Amino acid sequence: MTAAALAAPAPPRRRSSLSRNRRWALITSYVFLVLFAIFFLVPPYYMIVTSLKTDAEVAHMATNPWIIADGVTFDQFKLLFTDTDFLIYFKNTAIVTLCVVAITMVVSVLAAFSLGRMKFWGSSVLAAGIFLTYLVPDTLLFIPLFQIVRSLGLLNSYWGMVLVYPTLTVPFCTWIMIGYFQSIPKELDEAALIDGAGHMQMLLKIFIPVALPGIIAATIFAFTVSWAAFVYPLAFLYSSDQQVLTVGTVQSLIRADVYKWGMLMAGALVAAAPPLVIYAFLMDYYIAGLTAGATKG
Amino acid sequence: MVDAVQQTWMPGLAGERARRSGIQRLLRRRSTIAFAMCVPLIVIIAGLVAYPALYAIYLSMLNRAQTRFIGLGNFTFLLSRDVFWMVVEQAVIFTGFAVAFKALIGLITAHLINNLPVKGQRKWRGMLLVPWVIPLALSSLGWWWLFDPTHSAFNWLIAAFGGQEIPWLSDPYWARFSVILVNVWYGSPFFLIMYLAALKSVPEQLYEAAAIDGASAWQKFRHITLPMMRNIIAITVLFSLIVTFANFDIVQIMTAGGPRNMTHVFATYAFMLGIKSGDIPLGASVSLFMLPLLAIAAVFILRGVRKRGREIG
Repeated sequence: MTAAALAAPAPPRRRSSLSRNRRWALITSYVFLVLFAIFFLVPPYYMIVTSLKTDAEVAHMATNPWIIADGVTFDQFKLLFTDTDFLIYFKNTAIVTLCVVAITMVVSVLAAFSLGRMKFWGSSVLAAGIFLTYLVPDTLLFIPLFQIVRSLGLLNSYWGMVLVYPTLTVPFCTWIMIGYFQSIPKELDEAALIDGAGHMQMLLKIFIPVALPGIIAATIFAFTVSWAAFVYPLAFLYSSDQQVLTVGTVQSLIRADVYKWGMLMAGALVAAAPPLVIYAFLMDYYIAGLTAGATKG
Repeated sequence: MVDAVQQTWMPGLAGERARRSGIQRLLRRRSTIAFAMCVPLIVIIAGLVAYPALYAIYLSMLNRAQTRFIGLGNFTFLLSRDVFWMVVEQAVIFTGFAVAFKALIGLITAHLINNLPVKGQRKWRGMLLVPWVIPLALSSLGWWWLFDPTHSAFNWLIAAFGGQEIPWLSDPYWARFSVILVNVWYGSPFFLIMYLAALKSVPEQLYEAAAIDGASAWQKFRHITLPMMRNIIAITVLFSLIVTFANFDIVQIMTAGGPRNMTHVFATYAFMLGIKSGDIPLGASVSLFMLPLLAIAAVFILRGVRKRGREIG
């Protein structure tokens, strides 16, 4: 089964008249799904509600915190953009993420093409090794990487993030691209070879267009992972002009002892927006990338 | 490398011999090109994963100032500390409960969605996957606000129903509960998606045959769904074991290990010792304690993925 098939809608079921049992099963399903949906959506809902309140209402403890009683205000967002370094964090994150996605895709598409299509001595060992590196968590590597980044003079620079984030993205992206490339029929490259195409032409003109869904899925993965990375920036970055969104929002926006929760939630929402927007528009690719890791061999 | 790539093999120019040597050259060149394409990847893996991992082992055997080799001194020091054993305990509790509940909730929600008419499934799936899409650091901040000691919105609800307010993050045991709850909230959608994909791959005919034989819903689940999904459940659980065991964001943001170090997991404890207190060798030793469990899980996952690869061929 390919990931593309996984993402495709299921074949239409046999239309049968809803017996009483079936109807009850459906009603219970809906009831429980609503309960689970409440559980899953409470935090984002509450974040949105808080971000639209005035400071006075947030601090006021007697009113119902789950609704906006004093009217909707966008002051928290205004404050966030004018009064804090939030836009600097946003810019830094955008630069780091774009660089990491570009590096990841070039490295992993080249390697996956080679490992999926053109065997060489040790290529199968390398493929297994890639999967194993994917399983090495960042929380195991951040201490030695701290030493390495420091010795390179990249401590407290977001270029250090561009250097270390590929450890999070490259192994998985290569792994799923190998699967996508292997699912392309052999006849296609034979035809290309007969027409006198070189390997690079073959990759650019045939493999990349045909495996485009996989490339989109891998790009989305690389994007969301770089956008959400937290351990590395928390350990390696400390000044405001170099900070990225996740750490900046969680740490630096918190001033003194007074937690400006309305503004914090506004920051968290804006910071979470790019992955959410991508997800909203490319859900099928997103899910294909998610499931590909375990179903590709 | 560009030059080598630009050259293409010109077939059949000067008879059989030329052709054979051409093929040999092609093979030679083909594998050279293939290797060259992997060089960036090898550099990244060797330089940023393999070398740091080995370097961590070396670091863990130095003293705090990194001037003297002290062998296993850091490890014996850790093993003699009560806090370290508390971290081990909490890491096991955290991982065990979180993965179990994620697997359970994922399985239930996947079945519920699969029960719906096909048209509505997409909408529900899209809605329930939201926790997975929000960067964890940011949603942890949202949860922290929900658990805030004076303004907790949960406590407001509890109070409105006449209950006792809960010290979500200030009582050690409630704090343990809270970080697990957030991890379950974040990770369940991943299981949901994996299981839903697996459910779709079970052939409909099996259920039809079972229905003809008069099987109940539970029997269908027990004897068809579960065996068909066994492999994907195993892979997903092992994956989640690794990710949950190595989790950092939730605990770091919500409790930073407190109260009384009761919620520390390996990652946050290593961060506290290695980065915050500046004892890099000791921090490296803590994080290396994750290695055995990760290695075992990795071996099983690799076996499972290969097996599944063969099954779906």
